[in-house]
Amino acid sequence: MSVPSRFGEYGGRYIPETVIPALDELARAYGELKDDTGFRQELQGLLKTFVGRPTPLYHASHLSEKAGGARVYLKREDLCHTGAHKLNNTVGQILLAKHMGKTRVIAETGAGQHGVASATAAALFGLPCVVYMGEEDIRRQELNVVRMKLLGAEVVPVSSGSRTLKDAINEAIRDWVTNIEDTYYIIGSVVGPAPYPAIVRDFQTVIGEEAREQALELEGRLPDEIIACVGGGSNSIGIFTPFLDDAGVQLTGVEAAGEGLETGRHGASITAGRRGVLHGSLSYLLQDEFGQILEAHSISAGLDYPGVGPEHAFLHDEGRVDYRSVTDREALDAFVLLSESEGIIPALESAHAIAHVLKADGYSKDDFIVINLSGRGDKDVHQAAEALGLAQ
Amino acid sequence: MSRLEQTFRESGRRTLLMPYITGGYPDVDGCRRVLEAFVAGGADIIELGVPFSDPLADGPVVQASAQAALDAGVTLKDVLRLAAEFSDRLPVVLLVYYNCVYAYGQERFLREAAAAGVDGLVVPDLPVDEAEEFMAGCHREGIDPILLVAPTSSDERIERIAGSASGFIYCVSVAGVTGARTELSDSLPSFLAKVRDRTDVPLAVGFGVSDAEQAAEVSKHADGVIIGSRLISIVNEAGDIEKACDAVESFLCEVNRVLV
Repeated sequence: MSVPSRFGEYGGRYIPETVIPALDELARAYGELKDDTGFRQELQGLLKTFVGRPTPLYHASHLSEKAGGARVYLKREDLCHTGAHKLNNTVGQILLAKHMGKTRVIAETGAGQHGVASATAAALFGLPCVVYMGEEDIRRQELNVVRMKLLGAEVVPVSSGSRTLKDAINEAIRDWVTNIEDTYYIIGSVVGPAPYPAIVRDFQTVIGEEAREQALELEGRLPDEIIACVGGGSNSIGIFTPFLDDAGVQLTGVEAAGEGLETGRHGASITAGRRGVLHGSLSYLLQDEFGQILEAHSISAGLDYPGVGPEHAFLHDEGRVDYRSVTDREALDAFVLLSESEGIIPALESAHAIAHVLKADGYSKDDFIVINLSGRGDKDVHQAAEALGLAQ
Repeated sequence: MSRLEQTFRESGRRTLLMPYITGGYPDVDGCRRVLEAFVAGGADIIELGVPFSDPLADGPVVQASAQAALDAGVTLKDVLRLAAEFSDRLPVVLLVYYNCVYAYGQERFLREAAAAGVDGLVVPDLPVDEAEEFMAGCHREGIDPILLVAPTSSDERIERIAGSASGFIYCVSVAGVTGARTELSDSLPSFLAKVRDRTDVPLAVGFGVSDAEQAAEVSKHADGVIIGSRLISIVNEAGDIEKACDAVESFLCEVNRVLV
């Protein structure tokens, strides 16, 4: 079966010629494998016993009280092995790499969650793994750097540009161009040249499939609204996809407003960006009038990205998903609130989705809301401590 | 026939020398002087880069030069002005990443490039599959869209690229990013022969050509040789712009002597 390369006009393969044959090979391999029974079984087995799926859909009663009494549920991706939804994708892609006969994997990482998930999957399959990570992110996410090293991966600091996720992706692509024969590039979000956005989406769709089944089981109906944070956009696409045809389910993506949209220091590519080409696809970007990519800003390294997956650009234009934004401060407040009131320390990324519920008015006790809690916050404790003045 | 094709034709069988510099590097005036050194050193075609924040086909040397130019405030308009200053004397090819074209507006970009006398455009992140509209726009403005072909390109893709190419075909010497390398790939001659079999369009080789010896080797098989990272390194190492231009000129003269 073929794999889509465009979402409306977005997506495509804006990437050096050297890489194109590898993308063709990947699209072919994935097209053959995705509906192959053996492949599906192998993947489902790993998702169950290694990743720890299904993850629960948890009724957060205290959070519900703060949201006008609406019934608020958390999709607990934070309970996945390695602490975030990222492993759903890397386990799938490493299986692809194995089937394609690749002997080395590379990945980029922002918050370090995808790097850890890639290193974990590579360790599981005994493949050498190199992770590119911006120097600024290495500073912010020291814990994840140590985890990757413990898992046997080599972490390569990236000092070009803004020294964050976007530059790590550039560097991973450069590595891939150079080692195209034996290397598989595990992209961590629904970004990059086709077929990556479709592949990553497919591997993350398990989140939404489970949530749909659990919603029907727990509440006997579909949710009124599903909320997820959007950086590159993999956890949100993952939970949104099985609900796209359900017109009654409102879908809300929450971008990082950083220090405020008006300050220009944010990561809200859809809310405040323009169309352009970055990392192989046409989507919304933060850029200047000459097309130079601007540095994104967010307290959360995983949302600190000046682009967004092309399918999100399409869903925005179609009006199917409503994209909003939340500031660093609001995210931090939600981080504290969820920790204190629910006993769950969320990732700063996921705290953006929580913050949206707290901020939005008009919820009533008839509303049934699902928030994707995409990751846990252990990696963020140093940064939160600093921002909240808890540091010793 | 385009000016680029004319230039290749008139050279007879001699391989053309095509030096590259990032537009506005080390600064706008310094770049102008380096371009003068290109002319004095016997360049046949000038390749000028539009600095971009995220040049993913480039190695560290070109990346750093682009960042330095951007930090100094260089924009597309400066690069087009530099192109206009030299395009009376030599054909000029711009290397530009696609977002710089897209953000500026493709039509407006092509119109202004044509007005500056630009002869060809190399867009390293716009493979032939995505380039249809861009190529049509180039042809309307009398600019050659320069397509790249890589050692990884399949026979089918080489055929497609060869069938759409005009001006010259930019043959990437190795799977990788730009940057000087100590050795050329052993498979370069067979790769070039494979492309040659499918087209009459001239073939220029770039990515990794770093000294006269390698240029001489390339010139046995190709119609043009592109040297970029090495020239930027020469500029970086010279200390001041005066010395940089002298060093660039004498390097190009040395290369020119060995081209066949």
